[in-house]
Amino acid sequence: MTFVARSLTLDLIRAEVLATGQVVADSVRCVQCGICSYNCPIGLDVRAYVWCSAAIEDSRCLTCGQCIARCPRGVLRFAPTDRSRA
Amino acid sequence: MGLRYVIVGAGVAGIAAAESLRTREPSASVTVVTDDPAGFYSRPGLAYYLSGLIPETQLFPRSPAELRALGLTWVQARADALDPRTHRLTLADGQILAYDKLLLATGARAALPDFPGSDLDGIVTLDSLADTRGIVRRARQGLQAVVVGGGITALEIAEGLNARGCRVHYMLRGARYWANVLDPDESQLVEDHLRATGIILHHHSQIREAIGKRGRLVAVETMTGERIPCELLAVAIGTHPRLDLAQSGRLKLDRGILTDAYLKTSAEDVLAAGDVAQVYNEVTGKATLDTLWATARAHGEAAAATMAGIPTPYRSAVAQNVTLLAGIPTTIIGSVGGGEDADLVAIARGDSETWRMAASAWVVVDPHPVNRLRLMLGEQTLKGALVMGDQTLSRPLQRLIAANADLTPIRQALLADKSAVADLIMSFYAEWEQSHADKR
Ligand SMILES: Cc1cc2nc3c(=O)[nH]c(=O)nc-3n(C[C@H](O)[C@H](O)[C@H](O)COP(=O)(O)OP(=O)(O)OC[C@H]3O[C@@H](n4cnc5c(N)ncnc54)[C@H](O)[C@@H]3O)c2cc1C
Ligand code: SF4
Ligand code: SF4
Repeated sequence: MTFVARSLTLDLIRAEVLATGQVVADSVRCVQCGICSYNCPIGLDVRAYVWCSAAIEDSRCLTCGQCIARCPRGVLRFAPTDRSRA
Repeated sequence: MGLRYVIVGAGVAGIAAAESLRTREPSASVTVVTDDPAGFYSRPGLAYYLSGLIPETQLFPRSPAELRALGLTWVQARADALDPRTHRLTLADGQILAYDKLLLATGARAALPDFPGSDLDGIVTLDSLADTRGIVRRARQGLQAVVVGGGITALEIAEGLNARGCRVHYMLRGARYWANVLDPDESQLVEDHLRATGIILHHHSQIREAIGKRGRLVAVETMTGERIPCELLAVAIGTHPRLDLAQSGRLKLDRGILTDAYLKTSAEDVLAAGDVAQVYNEVTGKATLDTLWATARAHGEAAAATMAGIPTPYRSAVAQNVTLLAGIPTTIIGSVGGGEDADLVAIARGDSETWRMAASAWVVVDPHPVNRLRLMLGEQTLKGALVMGDQTLSRPLQRLIAANADLTPIRQALLADKSAVADLIMSFYAEWEQSHADKR
C-alpha cells in the first residue's frame, strides 16, 4: 500500500529527475539486503554503490525509481545531479 | 614481515574491518575465522528472504570473486580458546593461530526460551541463514505457527510466516507490542496492521509449556491453560552477545565485551567490534550495546584503523533504525522510550540501549491516523524522534538530532500547536540547513 503511494509521487517527479537528477543514498540506513539491486530492471548493483556512499553514476540508470520505491529503509532518493553525494 | 591480523567473525563488523585493513595495508596477512559456513550475508535481509521479497542468493553483498580479490585467508572453524598472553587462538579442530592484533567480532545469538519442552523439534529462532532456511522449509500453507517475543524480529517472523500462508498466532506477554520503545498509540497502529493481515494476537499471554509428540512440537500451553495446536514455534525474546571466546581469554566483560572508545578490550592487542562489543562512550560516560548493522560496520572500520596503528575512536552516531513495522515505514532516532518490555529478556535485534536513555523530555505528538510523528524535546534540543508512515521528516529530524541543533526558536510553537509540528520542523529545517551549508 505504502509502496504504491510512494511510486505515484515518484512518477510525478520523474520527468524532472530524468533531466537533472540521479539516485543518491543515505548509507547509514542501509542494511545491504539487496532488494534494490534485485529490483533494478537493468541489473545495476545499487547496493554496492550504497556501501560506498556513492550516487548511482552509471549512465545506463533509467532513473525509473524502482530501487527507491522498493528499499524498505528509505535509503535512496532522487537528488539534483550537482549534489552527487548524500 | 608485516603484522598478522586475525578477525573472528565474518559478519558486517568483521568484513568491514577486513576490507579496511586490506586498503590500509595491501600486503599484510589478514585472516578471517568464522564458524558460519554461509560466510558474509545481510542478517537483516534474512527477514526479507523469509517473507519472499528476495531469493536466498540475493543475501550476499560480496560475490565469491570479490571476496577472493581481498586476499584474505579464510578459515572456516569455530575459535574455542584465546590466550592473550601468548597471542594465540585455538580452533575447534585443535589448530593454533598466532596473531599480532586480534579483532573479536563474534556477534550475538538469539536468547533461547526456558519453558519445559523448549528443546522440541519445531522450535526455532531467526539468527542465521541456516535458521532461515529451516523456517522456510517448514513454513507451508495452512501450517499453524506461534510466535513469541518482541522487537522487530518477532514481528518480522510473524509477517514472514503469514506471507508464506501459515496461520500465525502472535503471543505477547504484556498489554502491547514493543512497550519500551513505542508509545501506546504506536503499538496500537502496529497491532491493527498485523490484525488486518490476518495475524491473530494474544495479549497477556505467556507460554507455560511446549507440548510434543515423539520429540516434535504439537502445541503450546499458556499460563492460563489455553492450548494452541502448532507445528512451529518461533522465539525472538532478545539476543546475547557471543562471549565464550572472550571469556576463555579472561577479558573484562559486562553484558558484552567491554571496550574503550577505540574498541580496545582489557587485553593487549585484542579489540572487539559489532554486536558483541559494549563500547564506552566518552560523552555519556557509559558503555552501551547496540544491535545495529550500521554501528557494527562503523565499529569494524574504527577498529581496523586502530589495529593498523592509527588510533581511531568509534564516533557514536545517533542510534537510528529504519524499518517496516507491520508494513508501516518507521524511523526511530535517539532517545524515544524507557522502562521494560515483558516480551524481551535481553536486547532485541535492531535495537540500541541508548533509545531508552531518555533524559527528561517533553513529548510532542502529531497524531495523524496513519502518519505519526513523536518528538522528544529537551530544554533546547531534540533528544529523539519516532516517525511512522510518511518519512519526509525522518531525514531532517535525523540531521537536527545528530547536530544537537538548537530548537529554541520554535520550541514554544511546537508545544503550543501539535497539528503544526510537521510544518514547523520542515520550515525550521530548511532554514537551518541553509545557514548550516553557508557555514561550511
Ligand atoms: C532477523 C534480523 C533482523 C535484524 N534487523 C535489523 C535492523 O532492522 N536494523 C539493524 O540495524 N540491524 C538489524 N539486525 C542486526 C544486525 O544484523 C546486526 O547488528 C549485525 O549483523 C551485527 O554484525 P556483527 O558483525 O557484529 O555480528 P554477526 O553478524 O552476528 O556476525 C558474527 C559472526 O561471528 C561468527 N562467530 C561467532 N563466534 C565465533 C567463534 N567463536 N568462532 C568463529 N566464528 C564465530 C558468527 O558465525 C558470525 O558469522 C537484525 C538481525 C537479524 C538476525
Ligand atoms: S534495498 Fe535499501 S537497505 Fe536494502 S541494500 Fe538496497 S539501499 Fe540498502
Ligand atoms: S533508478 Fe531504476 S535503473 Fe536506476 S538504479 Fe534505480 S532501479 Fe536501477
